[in-house]
Amino acid sequence: MKIAVVGLNHKTADVELREKLAFNGPKLEEGLFSIKAIAGIKEAAILSTCNRVEIYLTVTDLQQAFSSLKDFLVQFFDLKRDSLDTALYLHEDMMAVKHIFRVASSLDSMVLGEPQILGQLKDAFDFALEKKATGALLNRLLKKSISVAKRVRTETRIASSAVSISFAAVELAKKIFTDLSGKSFMLLGAGEMAELAAKHMMNNGVQEIAVANRTYERGCELAHEFNGKAIKFEEFPEKLVNTDILICSTGAPAYVLLKEHMQKAMKLRKQKPVFLIDISVPRNIDPAINDMDNVYLYNVDDLNDVVDTNKQERQKEAEKAEEIVEEEIETFKKWLSTLDSVPAVVALREKADAIRKEELERFFNRFPALGEKERKAIEGLSGAIMNKLIHGPTVALKDDAEDKDIMISVIRKLYGLNGDDDEKR
Amino acid sequence: METLLFEFALTCYFAATIACGLELFKGTKTTSRIMFGLVVAGFVLHTANILARYFISGHMPTASLHEASSFFSWCIVLLFFFLEYRYRVGLLGSFIMPVVFVLMLTSSMLPRKIENLSPLLQSSWLFIHTAFAFIGDAAFAMAFGVGIMYLVQEHYVKSKHLGGLFKRLPSLQILDEMNYRLITIGFPFLTLAIITGALWAETALGRFWRWDPKEVWSLITWFIYAAVLHLRLTKGWRGKKAAILSIIGFCIVLFTFFGVNLLLKGYHTF
Repeated sequence: MKIAVVGLNHKTADVELREKLAFNGPKLEEGLFSIKAIAGIKEAAILSTCNRVEIYLTVTDLQQAFSSLKDFLVQFFDLKRDSLDTALYLHEDMMAVKHIFRVASSLDSMVLGEPQILGQLKDAFDFALEKKATGALLNRLLKKSISVAKRVRTETRIASSAVSISFAAVELAKKIFTDLSGKSFMLLGAGEMAELAAKHMMNNGVQEIAVANRTYERGCELAHEFNGKAIKFEEFPEKLVNTDILICSTGAPAYVLLKEHMQKAMKLRKQKPVFLIDISVPRNIDPAINDMDNVYLYNVDDLNDVVDTNKQERQKEAEKAEEIVEEEIETFKKWLSTLDSVPAVVALREKADAIRKEELERFFNRFPALGEKERKAIEGLSGAIMNKLIHGPTVALKDDAEDKDIMISVIRKLYGLNGDDDEKR
Repeated sequence: METLLFEFALTCYFAATIACGLELFKGTKTTSRIMFGLVVAGFVLHTANILARYFISGHMPTASLHEASSFFSWCIVLLFFFLEYRYRVGLLGSFIMPVVFVLMLTSSMLPRKIENLSPLLQSSWLFIHTAFAFIGDAAFAMAFGVGIMYLVQEHYVKSKHLGGLFKRLPSLQILDEMNYRLITIGFPFLTLAIITGALWAETALGRFWRWDPKEVWSLITWFIYAAVLHLRLTKGWRGKKAAILSIIGFCIVLFTFFGVNLLLKGYHTF
């Protein structure tokens, strides 16, 4: 039995192809059943996200299974015959294990270290488990990849810093204010990025939101969306007194928020700190404002720099993560080897023989008067009994049966043969 | 015996200071645990040393410069535990343990003989007056450490280079709040120390105030911190300005403590 991964991701396929191959809605269940039914495929699970479509398998005959799977995909998604040739990758055995560990740990993601993939992977396997498409091997593999991903998350700082402008803004806000709940927030102008940042701020506890937009109606709409209140654009300088965080993107050709506005406001708010984010190009906030005490002004370039350094840091952390993955592959390999019948047979025989020898020695010590001939006979007798006793299990192990892996684990448990340390951990 | 305890405590604080340095450059859970463990060990030994001196001499062990600066560091460590418990902010130890260590090192270099208390100082006022003074000074020392942390973090945010300690230092707001709290703790204790000192002088010497150098410098310290609080409340001198003022304030505290004793003469001098 072989573990294999067949799939495509953002590196091998463009969005057009990925879209076509999406297993969404009823297609997921239908697809899973059809794949499971392909000859040579024992277990299957499907992961389908916007950046990757992957099918995790255990197979008895890989080449045959792979070509039938490809045929199925072409037919199921109504694709051209050769469209999958370059996009589809196939990993087998330890390469497949490594691949799934890396996917789970978000080392293979478009944004290194992004956290969603682990949840998506879990969902994919839960669904497959629910539909009884997976068995012992894939279930074990998933459990292991979750623990690998968690280890990566806790032992490296791969996900600890923001890699998008809006998250970087939230991260900074937290280093200025600690806790964003109870802070008041102003949106000056409207733009996609500003709205996104506003959403992140709200998710992090900001409650009071004011929107000042040139066209008042649009401001009202936005304010409604964020459960805030709209203010007239001309009035915004007065409202600065009560604003802790401001995001500005008005599209105006010149500075809108001037130093004297801020000086007046800071005096009135007794120098309570303010965080200003200017994401408009050309800039709308006078950069000289950053020289004032207790005012922190970041523009798009500043935030991009922050994001860039964070990305570099993630890259560095990813190297550590790869080491963890390599380590975990070794432990998984060890576990896999216990599934093999030969070591199990050997272990069984060794254990039985050790018991026999121990008992013989004790017996001979008790009856030192026994002659050489008797001793030989007793040794022979015990050997014969042992061989007869372990004959059954040995045959059961060697039989190339359907449920061989279950048999191996049962026998290992019944006879207390170690080698499954990982399970006990 | 008590000297040995002091040496061990000093060694622990020294090791803790090194661990603090490691913590700054390569912070892991292990370094911060080791650091904290060493501080606790040092503190236990230090406490034993202070108690021993108390039982040997029969008076509050703040009667020589050695004892005073040792007790001063002891108060800082105590306050450090309290802040760790209350705020749990990262890297606090790295900014305060060096202060503790330097004070202890200074103390170790001063004569350690247990002197007989001059009749002038034999009074329960000694306990009250010095306890107030050192709790106040410990709070100012802590405000100094926190003030430096604020300046470092503010530098990161302002200059937009978010590397180094940025991630592990607490937020500006917390640091500013701690700085303020510490000064609001330190200031009343300093005030009480000055008042109890005056009352003591009255009972022992018949006059409240004699313009002894220590008295003068304490008064200067008092005015500095009064100004810090006043400017914060009226003019909004918070953040960077408050941090800088608390650093200056602590320098004056140190001068009042060591400088006056070593350079100027008065009845506080021992």
